[in-house]
Amino acid sequence: MKLTLPRTLAEKIIARAAGLNQVSPGDIVTCRVDLAMIHDSGGPRRVAPILKRLGASVWDADKVVLVSDHYVPGDDDNAKSILQLTRDWAHANAIKNFHDMKGICHVVLPEQGHLKPGMFVVGGDSHSPTGGAFGCFMFGIGATDMAGVLVTGETWLKVPASILINLSGKLDKGLSAKDINLALCQKLGMGGGKYQVIEFVGSGIETMNIEERMTLCNMTAELGAMTGIIAPDKVTTKYLESVGVRIDDDGDWQSDADAVYSEQHDLDLSTLVPQVAAPHSPANAGPVEAHLNTPLDRAYIGACTGAKLGDLQMAATILKGRKSASNIRLMVAPASVKILADAKADGTFDILVAAGAEFLESGCGICAGYIGALLGENEVCISSTARNFQGRMGASSSEVYLASPYTVAASAIRGRVTDPREFLERAAHD
Amino acid sequence: MTNGQKTFSGRAWIFGDGVNTDVLAPGRYMAAPVEELASHCLEALDPSFAANLQPGDLIIAGEDFGVGSSREQAAEVLKLLGVGAVIAKSFGGIFFRNAYNLGLLAIVCKQTSEIKTGDKVHVAPEAGEISVPDRNILLTSEPVPDFLLEMANQGGLVAQLETRLSGNRES
Repeated sequence: MKLTLPRTLAEKIIARAAGLNQVSPGDIVTCRVDLAMIHDSGGPRRVAPILKRLGASVWDADKVVLVSDHYVPGDDDNAKSILQLTRDWAHANAIKNFHDMKGICHVVLPEQGHLKPGMFVVGGDSHSPTGGAFGCFMFGIGATDMAGVLVTGETWLKVPASILINLSGKLDKGLSAKDINLALCQKLGMGGGKYQVIEFVGSGIETMNIEERMTLCNMTAELGAMTGIIAPDKVTTKYLESVGVRIDDDGDWQSDADAVYSEQHDLDLSTLVPQVAAPHSPANAGPVEAHLNTPLDRAYIGACTGAKLGDLQMAATILKGRKSASNIRLMVAPASVKILADAKADGTFDILVAAGAEFLESGCGICAGYIGALLGENEVCISSTARNFQGRMGASSSEVYLASPYTVAASAIRGRVTDPREFLERAAHD
Repeated sequence: MTNGQKTFSGRAWIFGDGVNTDVLAPGRYMAAPVEELASHCLEALDPSFAANLQPGDLIIAGEDFGVGSSREQAAEVLKLLGVGAVIAKSFGGIFFRNAYNLGLLAIVCKQTSEIKTGDKVHVAPEAGEISVPDRNILLTSEPVPDFLLEMANQGGLVAQLETRLSGNRES
C-alpha cells in the first residue's frame, strides 16, 4: 500500500533531505545538504570573513567541493591574490576536494565523481542547475546563504512546484541541446521558470547524451527556474560508472507516474531549426534566419554551457578542413583541463587549431566577464555561452549573439551569422 | 535604511524589465573593493545612478529584477549605496534570497508601472501596501513571509546566525 501521495523527483529529494515523508509546493522546509560546491569568486573570498565574524568553522569539510575557475588564469594582481586566498583557505580548512584551475565547477563536479542521483546539493553559482542532469536536486545560492550552509550544514527553501517539459522527436543534424534551450527562452521568457523546478522528460531525452542533458539543465537558469532535473536512466548510470561512481543506495529517484505538475510544455524536436538569441537577452531568441549575415568580430566557444567535449566536437564537425574568416577572432576555452586532453586525443583540438582557433585556459573566462580578453567597444561576438546581458562579456557597447557550437563555428567561417546546416549539406555533397 | 522600521518612504528611481546582475554588479569590477563596484552599479542603464542616489531612495522595476548570476554583490551594492528597498513585478530567485540575507527588502508588486520617476513612495511591507500619497495612488504588494521580514529587520542572515550561535554557546 502506498503511504504517500504521488510525488515528483524534486519533491522526493527535498523530502528526504528535510527528513520528512511528504513535502508539498509552498511548504517552507529546512534541508540537510549532501554537498556544497563553492568557487573562487563567491567562495572563500566572501565566506571566510563571515565565518570569522561568527567564530564558526566548516560543518563537514568532506561535503565541500571547492573549484577555482572564475579568476583563471590569474594573470593580474587582483586575480592572483583571489586564487591564492582560495588555496590558503582550502588548506586551512582541510578541504580535500579542491580542484584548482582544473576547469569550470559545473563540469568538474561530475567529472570528479562528486554527483549521483538523489543528492541535495547547493552551489555558489547560478548555473548550479547543471547538476540536475545527474538526477540531483542542485540549485544556486549567494555567498551569505552559502556561509549559512557551511556553518550549519543546512538551508531553508520554499518547496518549488515542478514544470514538466516533454521533448519528443529527434533533433535534425546541426542542432543541439543549446537550440532547445534558446527556443524555450524565447517561448517561456526569462521568468517563465517561476523559480520552480523544470523536469525534462520524453523520448527526446532518452537519446540525448549526458553532456547535452547538462546543457539542457544548465540553461534552466536563463528560464528563471530554481533548477532543472532529469531522472536518471541507463545513460546516467553508464556515465557515472565511467567516472567511478557506483549507485549504492536503493533510492527511488523517478517521478511518480501520477505526480502533479504546475504546467506542461511539449516540444517536438524534429520541428526545431537552429536558434540565435540577439543582444541583450537569451529570451531574444529565434530562428537563425532572422539574423543571417549580421557582421561579427568574434566567435567564442566557451563556458559550462558551451565548451564540453561534445560542444568542441560539434564545432569541429563544421570547421574540419575549413578556416575561420580572416577578420574574425575565433576563441575556444575548453570547459575543463580533462576536456582539453580528450580533445587533443581524439583530434578535435587539431581540427580547431587548423581552422584558426585560439585556445584559452579552462575557466569561466570572458563568459563571466571577470578576466581575460573581454569584448571591446562596439565589438560584436557570437558565443556558445548562456548569457548575453549588456556589458557582461566586456564593454557596455559590445553585443553578444548566443547560439549553439555548430552555429558559432559556421558563423566564424563566414564572419557573419550563418546557418550551420549549410556546411553540413555541403559536406554531404563533397 | 529600513532596519527596524515597519513603514518607510523614499524617492522613486524607475527601471524596466530584466534588470540583471551583470548591470547591477558588472563583472569587470568584481575583483575590486565593493565600494568601487558600487560606483558602477547600473551605469549601463543610467550613468547617473550611483552618483545621484540618495540614501533611502527606492528602486521601482518591472519583471525579473536581479535575474542572472548568484553574485550577491548585486544586492550588496544597492544596500551599500543606501537603497531603501527594491519594489518589482518579479525577482530572480537567487537575488531575492540574497537581498533578504543582506537585509535589503525585495518587495513584489505587480502594479509598479503606476509609479513615476521622483514620486515619493510610501511602503508598508507588513500591510502589503505601497502608495504615492501625492497622487492618491494605492497599490498592493505580496506579503513577505514573516521569517524573511524578521531576518531583514535583524540586519540579515549573518546577524541572525550570530544571535543563534551565541544562544547555543550560552545554553
